[in-house]
This record gives sequence, structure tokens and C-alpha cells, in this order.
Amino acid sequence: MVEVKLENLTKVFGKVVAVDHINLTVRDGEFLVLLGPSGCGKTTTLRCIAGLEAPDEGRVYFDEEDVTYLPPRDRDISMVFQSYAIWPHMSVYENIAFPLKMRKAPASEIDEKVKWAAELLRIGELLDRYPHQLSGGQRQRVAVARAIVVEPKVLLMDEPLSNLDALLRVLMRSELKKLQRRIKVTTIYVTHDQVEAMTMADRIAVMNEGRIMQVGSSTEVYDRPENLFVAGFIGSPRMNFFDATVRDGELDAEDFKLKLTPEQARALSGMEGKTVTVGIRPEHIYTPDSAKGESLQELDGTLDFFEQLGSDTVLHVRVGGKLLLAKISGRYTADLGSRIKVLLDLSKLHIFDKAGRSVL
Amino acid sequence: MYRWQQALTRIALYAAAVMVSAWVLTPIALIFISAFAVPEDYYDVGKVIPTEFTLENIRVLLFELREWRTTLNSIAVALLTIAVSFTLGLPASYSLARYVFPGRDGFKLLILSLRMFPLMVLGVPLAELYIRLGLSDTILGVALAHASLALPFVVLITYSIFVSIPVEYEEAAMVFGLTRAEAFFKITLPMALPGLAAAAMFTFVISWNEVFVASILTLMRRTLPADILVTVLTAPDPYKFAAAFIMVMPAITFVFIARRYLVTMWGISLR
Ligand SMILES: Nc1ncnc2c1ncn2[C@@H]1O[C@H](COP(=O)(O)OP(=O)(O)OP(=O)(O)O)[C@@H](O)[C@H]1O
Ligand SMILES: [Mg+2]
Repeated sequence: MVEVKLENLTKVFGKVVAVDHINLTVRDGEFLVLLGPSGCGKTTTLRCIAGLEAPDEGRVYFDEEDVTYLPPRDRDISMVFQSYAIWPHMSVYENIAFPLKMRKAPASEIDEKVKWAAELLRIGELLDRYPHQLSGGQRQRVAVARAIVVEPKVLLMDEPLSNLDALLRVLMRSELKKLQRRIKVTTIYVTHDQVEAMTMADRIAVMNEGRIMQVGSSTEVYDRPENLFVAGFIGSPRMNFFDATVRDGELDAEDFKLKLTPEQARALSGMEGKTVTVGIRPEHIYTPDSAKGESLQELDGTLDFFEQLGSDTVLHVRVGGKLLLAKISGRYTADLGSRIKVLLDLSKLHIFDKAGRSVL
Repeated sequence: MYRWQQALTRIALYAAAVMVSAWVLTPIALIFISAFAVPEDYYDVGKVIPTEFTLENIRVLLFELREWRTTLNSIAVALLTIAVSFTLGLPASYSLARYVFPGRDGFKLLILSLRMFPLMVLGVPLAELYIRLGLSDTILGVALAHASLALPFVVLITYSIFVSIPVEYEEAAMVFGLTRAEAFFKITLPMALPGLAAAAMFTFVISWNEVFVASILTLMRRTLPADILVTVLTAPDPYKFAAAFIMVMPAITFVFIARRYLVTMWGISLR
């Protein structure tokens, strides 16, 4: 169990800066999730930590030890590859047993561990098969089983559940999380599924275009996004954004004006006359009968469209030239095009300056 | 109308296939029949297809004309050719497949262009060089020359084999405890083996069939084709056919065994 520290980590492929001066410390025994859109450099970062990729700049430390150029086998790590990389010429059993054999575990222990991991991942009856006889989801679980039979210093997982059905995925999430709690291995887990990130992570590192945009607990990145990217990336449906000008303790968005709370007004006092981007999550916009909280502001709009999600309903409300999404719990029915009142929870506003940094 | 056209295309296709097959198979069939026909049948103008068959022609060729020695020479040369061209070619093709380095594409092109170099031009200087080095009229000498002919093929073929094996398999092996070299031998090599075997057979056939270099560089230790060229051609027809039969055997065996791998070897996906 070690602390993993990335210092100015940079990896360039031709003209693409896959990883761009990343600084990140993963605490001893922590479950850290790397979350970001496709192509943002998650896999590349993981590969640098594994020693499969030599960074162009920067360092990787395991505790105090500089492992930047240490070969993978000397790092005492385990990894689930995004492409699984289970060996086609070995049976499922041999694949899972491989890391144990490498560590010269006694035969009885190997057998016991392989069976345990296979049971955990619900592939116990597939041990004699070869990879080409398995479905994609089954192969992926073999890859996970192979990674967890040993107790490494660092466990790296690259979208290990991406190919499983919804039910199995939820089950595996909790199994992996429980396992990680029990053996307290420092874990770096890559996903682009934000629900997975929110439910499993001790901390989430949100990445975009090779950079880390924010590191924090699930609630921190959700409640206090530090920049526009994180605000827009986390949460579904996406946060509503619109431009507004700060003027006399109000936000002037042309179609409507929002009154600032005294604290907000104080925080924005230096930005008088400046244009900012205002964000509000759909679940902080209410209908009159679902309204809660103090500082609410009523807006008149028309109902463009609504989506029933089962337990929730998403309303698309047009207010002047702006489209606001509101997520309310329960069912809602009304005629499209009818007039509707919505209430914005002003205490839940996010305000970003021109550079996209949160100012509130 | 449409069906009619389709049927016509189909007929044309089959006709073409039959013609190509006949083109290839007729000489082979002729060789097979004539090699085993008793000489009386062969020379009987009244008999188009011989009816009596014997192994006598082959026996005479191998043991009385003593071609078993040249056959052994040919086998030895071919095996040595495989050894030399694989020892030199595999590291080259593996690094072409796994590493990005400056000049990589140029290097591949260079290998290909080596095949365009006319062999005739090389023959005489090579013979002279061999005499000075004492390699003239040796098995090793011929094998080295053959290896230089086979090397571009070996590199290109095994390159496509290695490229088709995802690098992640090796990377996973390295993460779980193998060195790079061990990962190659324990993971990549077993997966590449069928393809490599096909490549080896192909190399065998290249060397086995090669006659020009082999006849220039040897005098006493001839390979089979080089010897056929000078001695067997003066022998009666049935022995020529017997010699031809022995000559085509490796290529035919190769086609039957390697058919499956040829498909992927050349990057063509028939199926
Ligand atoms: N070997 C490589 N050669 C060239 N470019 C590469 C290579 N590997 C990655 N890249 C580029 O680097 C960037 C980051 O890739 P990376 O695989 O790390 O993304 P990712 O976040 O894992 O994406 P995904 O969620 O789709 O797996 C991409 O633009 C990708 O095209
Ligand atoms: Mg990836």
C-alpha cells in the first residue's frame, strides 16, 4: 500500500498532448476515480503509472520512491486493461492464475485464490474455457479477476465494468468497492460513467484534454464545481448555463433578472458590469407545487417538451430566448406549449467568470 | 433480366476458375502420372494415360543416379536458410511491428525494394567473393545466399504476424511479472507460432526451388535443382519427371498445410 504521486506528468503523441502537466496525489489506500470524456488522457495517465508508457516530462512516485522509469514488473502493481488483454492461448483458469504463479504462490493457494476470484465475478463455471469462447462481458470479468487475485501496492483499473449489463455492473461495483475497503489497496479507477464515479470514489479527479480540472469527493465536485467544464460534465441532465451581466446586486440575463442573495452580491462586488456565466442544475428549478427553500425567483415560461424518466420528469421550459431544463420528482402532465411558472433556487446558483472559473 | 445477368456472371466466373485451375493443375498432374508410369507405358504412343505404375523411376533417380545426396544437400541448405533468415529477420520484423522509430516506413520500403534487385548481377561477384572467403561449394555458402533472398519475405511476413498480435498481451504479461524478453517468448511467440511455421515452410520452398545461385556457387555439393539442371536433363524422360515430382513436393505440402495461415499471412481475409 503506497501513496502515488504524479508530478508535472506529461505525455505527448506527435502533436497530441495526451497528458498535460498533471499533478495529483493518490493517498495511501484511497479509491481514486479518473473521470473524463473519451480521449481526455485517462488511459495514458494510467499507463504512465503502470510503467507501460515513459512520460515525456514529470515524475511518478510510489511513496518516496521515484518509479518513473522502473519497468512495470518491478512496481508491484496490478491492472485491468481497457481492452482486457487476457491471453487467448491460456484458459480462463490459467489467465487468472498467472499473476499468482509469477509470485511463486504455492499450488494450493493459487487454486483457492483463482476459485475465490472467479466466484466473486460470477465466472466460476467458465474456468476451463478459452477467451474466444467467452462473451465480451465475461472476458472483461476474467480481466478483473486476474487483477484482483494478488494484493499489489497499486491497483489500476481502466473501465473494468464498461461492458457489463446494468444489473451486473451495479453488483460488481459494490463487490469491487467492498474488496478494496477490505484489502485497503491504493486504487486508481478509470471510467467515463459518472454514476460509477460518484458511487465508488473516495475522491474523483475530473480530467479534460489531458489536464485535471478538479479533484474532490463526489459531493464536492457535484456541489462546488471549480470551473465550467466540471459543472457541465457532472450531473444529468446537464446544468443550465446562460450569460448574464452583474448590475446593482442583480444578474441581468436580458430575458429575466435574478436577484442576488447578500452573500452572492458581496462575492460579486468586484465584478459590477461584467458578463458572467450563470449555472443552475435542473433539480434546482422547481414547479410551484414542488418548490422548496427560501430565496426563490419565479419566472414565466412556456412548456416546450417534457421527458418522463419514471421516478422523475424533466421539463424543457422556454423563458424568453432561453431554454431551461427543470427536473422535478414524480409525474407531470401538461399540454405542450402551455404557460408554466418555474422557480429558480437562487441559493444554488453557480457563477463563472469569463475564463470559466467559479467565482462563487 | 437481372437473374439472367446474374447467371451469366456466375457462369463466366466458373469458367475462369476452371481455366486457372487447369492451367496450374495440368502440369502437376502430368508430372505425377509420368513420374510413376512404367517406362513402357510412357513411351507407348498408343496410350494417352498410362495404366501401370511403379516406384522404380524414383528409386533409380535417388539411388542409382545418387540424387539422394543432392536431396539431402537441398534439405540441409533449406533448413540452414530458415535458421539464418529467421535469426536475422525476426528481430527486425518484431521491432518494425512494435516500435515507432525514425525511418521506420523507409526501412520497410527498402526491404521491399531489395526484391527488385536483379539476382543475375549479383551472381558473379558473389562467386568470386565466396572463393576468397572459402565459402564456395559449401552448404553454408548456398544457405547464406538463399537467406539473403528469403530475408525480405521473412521480415515482411513475420512483421504482419507480429502486428496482428495486440501489444497489450505483452504489456499485461509485463505488468504481471515478466520481462520484455520473457513476454516475447512466453506470450507472443506461442501465439505467433502457427504463422511462423507457415513462414518457415515458405522459406523452405524459396530455398528448395532456387537454382541460379545454387548452380553458380557449387560444384560438388549441388542442391537438387542445380544438379537436375546439369545431370538429370541428359537422363531419360521418366527420370526427369521423377525429379520434377520430388521438386514440387515441398511446395504442394506447403500449400496444403499452410493454406489456413496463408490467408492471414498476406493480410487478405478470404474465408
Ligand atoms: N499510442 C498512441 N499514439 C498516438 N496517440 C495516442 C496514443 N495513445 C493515445 N493517444 C491519443 O492521446 C489522447 C488520450 O488518449 P487516452 O487513450 O489516454 O484517452 P482516454 O481518456 O483513455 O479515452 P477513452 O475514454 O476513449 O478510453 C487521445 O487523443 C488519443 O488519440
Ligand atoms: Mg481509455
